[in-house]
Amino acid sequence: MSSSTGLTCKQFVELVTDYLEGALSEADHERFEQHVADCDSCPIYVEQIQQTIRMAGALTEESLSPEARGVLLHAFRDWAR
Amino acid sequence: MPVLRPARAARGRLASRTVPALSSGQEKVFESVALSQEDEQLLEALRRGDDAAFATLVDRHSSAMLHLASSYVRSRAVAEEVVQDAWVSVLRGIGRFEGRSSLKTWIFRILTNTAKTRAQREGRTVPFSDLAPEIEGGEPAVEPERFLDASHAGRAGWWAAPPRRWADESPSEQLFARETRERISRAIGALPPMQRVVLTLRDVEGWAAPEVCEALELSGENQRVLLHRARSRVRRSLERFVEGEEAR
Repeated sequence: MSSSTGLTCKQFVELVTDYLEGALSEADHERFEQHVADCDSCPIYVEQIQQTIRMAGALTEESLSPEARGVLLHAFRDWAR
Repeated sequence: MPVLRPARAARGRLASRTVPALSSGQEKVFESVALSQEDEQLLEALRRGDDAAFATLVDRHSSAMLHLASSYVRSRAVAEEVVQDAWVSVLRGIGRFEGRSSLKTWIFRILTNTAKTRAQREGRTVPFSDLAPEIEGGEPAVEPERFLDASHAGRAGWWAAPPRRWADESPSEQLFARETRERISRAIGALPPMQRVVLTLRDVEGWAAPEVCEALELSGENQRVLLHRARSRVRRSLERFVEGEEAR
């Protein structure tokens, strides 16, 4: 692949999700990785996206109120009887 | 809608609310086609009336169900009702569940239908019925002014104001600091509804892409576009937060 088809940073940042999802075409995947090798800053950008994903994953999950949960378990016992 | 929620509203209302009674005479015929062993065991336990198994199932899915329901209806209290009603439908329908999809997928389809019906009754536009506003003509992942313009021959489109590495990768300190969690939680809460639910299911709940597509009836491509917009926005918000901290 010639360098004239290389990605700019502006194009690169729009491909990060598709890259992480494994959804890039083979050619784009190659251009993406070439850009990572050529650019000092874009790897930092990818790292920030990955940090964002990890931080989201560390958030507390929601839960039903104990009352709603109790009503449901009661309904189940009635159903199972 | 904040993801972290210290207190819970409308307790009394929910406590006094009764779910429709389920008669025991409803058919409990269990057939399955190609279920995972785990799903088989769960179904078997439910059939035996094992309430611990039911409680486990409820606890496992409640978080995602509440997030999903919240994107359809007006309030947290209504979202809880939607989740309750969906579970009742699950119990009613479990005898007819044929295992053509995983138990989880089936449960979330019921939830989505329950939420849609409720949203229509509330006179709300059902999200995901019109994807265009969140998919088309979207904003760029990064502000255009952060890249060099056409006057920089050979470097146009490269970073003018590159991202700076965030504090060291020690998740215990910087990343999980309370302020950071609050910031990311608020950033997610401020996302447009479809982006919010996709990011929440993928990144907060840890669902795989095909599960999200199935539950929300999204194409893989649209799911990725929504996820991309959402993650880009949350990153920008965190960046402003981190840079603000450093400037202080």
